[in-house]
Amino acid sequence: MSQCLLCENDTAVQSWRGFFGAKAPVLCNICLNQFEKIDGPTCEVCSRPMDQKGICPDCAAWEKNIFISNQSLYHYNEAMKALIARFKYRGDYALAEMFAEDVRAMAKKAACDLVCAVPLPPSRLAERRFNQSEALIEMAGLPHTPLLARHESDKQSKKSRAERIEAEQTFYPIGNAAGKSILVIDDIYTTGATIRLVAEALGQAGAVSVKSITIARSGS
Amino acid sequence: MTNFSFFSGRELTDEEIPTISDLHLFAARPGLSDLPHCHRCGNTSTFSSHPCARCGKRCTYCRNCIEMGKISSCTTLYRWTGPEPEHPEKAGTLHWSGILSTGQKTASDNVWRAIQNGSEHTIWAVAGAGKTEVLFEGIAAALSDGKRVCIAAPRADVVRELAPRLEKVFPDTSPAALYGGSPDRHIYSPLVISTTHQLFRFYEAFDVMIVDEVDAFPYTFDQSLQYAVQKARKPDSSLIYLTATPETSWQSEIQSGRRDATLIPARYHRKPLPVPNMVWCGNWKKSIVPASVLNWVKEKEKEKALIFYPHIDTMNKALPIFKNINPRIESVHAADPLRKEKVEAMRRGDVPILLTTTILERGVTFPGIDVAVVGSEDRVFTESALVQIAGRAGRSADCPTGNIVFFHYGKTGAMVRAIKQINEMNTLGQKRGLLDP
Repeated sequence: MSQCLLCENDTAVQSWRGFFGAKAPVLCNICLNQFEKIDGPTCEVCSRPMDQKGICPDCAAWEKNIFISNQSLYHYNEAMKALIARFKYRGDYALAEMFAEDVRAMAKKAACDLVCAVPLPPSRLAERRFNQSEALIEMAGLPHTPLLARHESDKQSKKSRAERIEAEQTFYPIGNAAGKSILVIDDIYTTGATIRLVAEALGQAGAVSVKSITIARSGS
Repeated sequence: MTNFSFFSGRELTDEEIPTISDLHLFAARPGLSDLPHCHRCGNTSTFSSHPCARCGKRCTYCRNCIEMGKISSCTTLYRWTGPEPEHPEKAGTLHWSGILSTGQKTASDNVWRAIQNGSEHTIWAVAGAGKTEVLFEGIAAALSDGKRVCIAAPRADVVRELAPRLEKVFPDTSPAALYGGSPDRHIYSPLVISTTHQLFRFYEAFDVMIVDEVDAFPYTFDQSLQYAVQKARKPDSSLIYLTATPETSWQSEIQSGRRDATLIPARYHRKPLPVPNMVWCGNWKKSIVPASVLNWVKEKEKEKALIFYPHIDTMNKALPIFKNINPRIESVHAADPLRKEKVEAMRRGDVPILLTTTILERGVTFPGIDVAVVGSEDRVFTESALVQIAGRAGRSADCPTGNIVFFHYGKTGAMVRAIKQINEMNTLGQKRGLLDP
């Protein structure tokens, strides 16, 4: 029997497909239906849902950077908020599994040379016991290349929008990415400030371009 | 936190304990055993693991109680081994001038005796019998003897409702009410009113453990909550169970005398329990609001009624049809953000009829209401759910009657047994002279 990651429902494949090795889904349908995938037209740069395809005003306003684009899987609705809180703050590592398949497929499509996590400051890493960004990479079965580290800093999620956009650089390179394209995987894209700072630090490590995959796109 | 009394009876993780120098007054054990087995919640099946940045190893963690803070292989649980705090003076003085009914008096004496003897006792009291009052004498005696008492309930609503009532009768003790996010969570009190969930954080703390609504979700379905209750009581403590609707196995244990119990078959106001009627209503999933239900609502121009639906989606479809009759009719369900407000509006009389899922099956009292269950054959309506639902009607002494209808598309055993149980209670109440002629 396979159990849903979020409730006690059985998710075992009922039909003959199970016999031919179809894997049981990670979540039952009831839990899965609370989450909304982003599927309509979005900003080509940051994956923000829009009325029609194009580039959103925020992305148009950002300075040029080696960051190319972000792709997000889900809307940051109440259910996703609760899920990410349980994953990241409560530390329920196992939840990363529900994104593994999608992240793997998107990473393949992004076709970058290396995959890198967004590092946590050392004290926060000890407190949380794992880095959520690395967890997503590990669960997707992708090889992780640690290219960056991070100084101690205030929590990004506690900052206002303006504070985030003005945020100081806390990332610094610890590896060599000369001439490489890099894929960064993280949990939430909000203003795009973090990923641009990450891209800048990756640029210092020699990277030529940066793309990102995030689990949720928080509207703002 | 300079006051060590807070730690008495609690078992907390290293992260919940602030840095303190007197660690020699604490006993420590690992959060998980190797099996693995979570020492806080008793879980032996739901675990996961990851490379841990804190201990540098691959760490197993418990997924069952993670909402209360993570227990990993590298977590240590600490518990206070210093002396227990003394009770405040007059802790056991009871400030209550109410009079117990004959049925309540027997139950109260038996609770008192069980508490004196450190034994187990079950109170099976019909909805409206007044089971809380039955505890007062026993708790008062326990507190006077310097014993620590806990009343545990499966749901936070019940804790929030009980706490002020006990505060009133034991004003010298000031009970601590514990539920997720409660303001009392850092307080020590000899009288604790807690959700069963919060008991995960206690270890051999209580001389008297009282479990209210022992048949209610999630307690009966969640073994770890039962583990929490056992862990939180001292080895030589007394255990009191309260229920209006014991599950079938308990009923037969009580009737055969294998479970020590007191039955209060009649309400405090000494009028018989209203007995539900069964009405066939056809395929309600198709009609949503069957004609018989519409007639029931219209015929008496119902002033006050609860109408139960088995599922949120059918209830939502039914609401606009009811609003055609009266736009003030509302609906409520567990995740409704306006749940509290709507229940209040119903109580004030601003909402004449409230559609609801089983969340209002117990704990709420509206004087003078009628009750309908649409689709009463659905499996969410168990025997005990139906008895509880019927128990909403006829609660006040001014208005002890009430019309209850199970609208169904095929009778079920649960419906038949629920009605049988209510009839048996009335017969028993009559026989024991607990009902007015």
